[in-house]
Amino acid sequence: MKSLHAQHHALADTSYQLTVLSEAEAAGARLPAFAHKLHESGLLPLRPTELAVMQVNVGKMCNQTCRHCHVDAGPDRTEIMTRATMQLCLDALAQTTIPVVDLTGGAPEMNPDFRWFVEQISALGRQTIVRCNLTIIVANPKYHDLPEFFAQHGVRVVSSLPHFSAARTDAQRGEGVFGRSIRALRMLNAVGYGVEGSGLLLDLVYNPSGAFLPGRQVGLEREFKQRLLREHEVVFNSLLAITNLPISRFMEYLLESGNYESYMQKLVAAYNPVAAANVMCRSTLSIGWDGQLYDCDFNQQLALNVAKNAPQHIRFFDATALQDRAIVINQHCYGCTAGAGSSCGGATA
Amino acid sequence: MEKSTYYNPADLAKFGNVADWQPEMGRKFFDYYGEVFKDGALSEREKALIALAVAHAVQCPYCIDAYTVDSLQKGADEAQMMEAVHVAVAIKGGAALVHSVQMMNKAKELSM
Repeated sequence: MKSLHAQHHALADTSYQLTVLSEAEAAGARLPAFAHKLHESGLLPLRPTELAVMQVNVGKMCNQTCRHCHVDAGPDRTEIMTRATMQLCLDALAQTTIPVVDLTGGAPEMNPDFRWFVEQISALGRQTIVRCNLTIIVANPKYHDLPEFFAQHGVRVVSSLPHFSAARTDAQRGEGVFGRSIRALRMLNAVGYGVEGSGLLLDLVYNPSGAFLPGRQVGLEREFKQRLLREHEVVFNSLLAITNLPISRFMEYLLESGNYESYMQKLVAAYNPVAAANVMCRSTLSIGWDGQLYDCDFNQQLALNVAKNAPQHIRFFDATALQDRAIVINQHCYGCTAGAGSSCGGATA
Repeated sequence: MEKSTYYNPADLAKFGNVADWQPEMGRKFFDYYGEVFKDGALSEREKALIALAVAHAVQCPYCIDAYTVDSLQKGADEAQMMEAVHVAVAIKGGAALVHSVQMMNKAKELSM
């Protein structure tokens, strides 16, 4: 499967995605503007709280082409962060006390400077999270030692596994992905990841393989733990339930399958003001592969940069100016405020 | 435009409106309903699968819609959902078939 970008698909153009999102009429019922909902909840303009996570997207290159990917990542994407831009991120990090750097992609490990970057973050005494797609570990012998490398630097590994059944996982992430993911999980377990008392955290990300919302995180976690242990002798720490946001390839799936309007209505109907108050963008700064600044990784993929009064590039990082910004919102934000809420850390309410 | 059929998918979202004409009973029903589906001795996923099976047995299109979504949300997969339906089918089919004992009894009673 090719990325939307490689297909020259209309949805590869982020302005077209924003047009689709802005169409208020859905299935005969008007979808209220997200800004209106936030206003009703007393949250408009949406302001940052304390900056807790620097999330760095180190490139769109990936060994997988998942059907729901909001980054439109894949083997055909060549956008990748340079070491010079990584250094700018480190310079900014050093000016702050931000405790966590969350590395995402693509497959972040495919960036040739990935290991160097993790070492530098460690040297600054900050925690690294890597959003590892699991299969990268077994994709090529040069990645086989990633579990040891992660352990050496106390990296918290957060990995997508949308289901404990092969069929549902493969339907979303590609043929054979489940089997390769289980192999990689066993390699992570073998060095202590997910094993009680090891101090090495391995969390799994559940996101629905279709046009429905995630159920309760705690119930899903229990099911995943039982099934993965019983059927595959795999252990992990926590399950993070994440809602699919209606952008990029998941938007394409929704439109193609005729589910777009009903999905948007589901998200709107499930709006939860408590989740709205806890959205991750309030405590996150998202940095693109080219150093541009965003409120979150979803805004990044829609090319919605941080508000104009804030610095636009990591080179001009200024914590105070960023703190004064209003967070940029749009209709896709309903994905983070539905039900129990959704963030890169799972449920929020 | 509203569909002029007995079953309209849009009506499912109006289920709560049944309380409009009898609020007290409506409230008691929905409170009870909510309590039934909470995690308990059975997990939420198991309860969703039971509801899905019963939905097929009572042949309620609203319930089939609702509990297909609910089963997926609670983490069930296609194999579990189809097995649940087969449980309903086995009981419904078995219920018909077990009455054939009565047929056999009667036939034997009347036959030489």
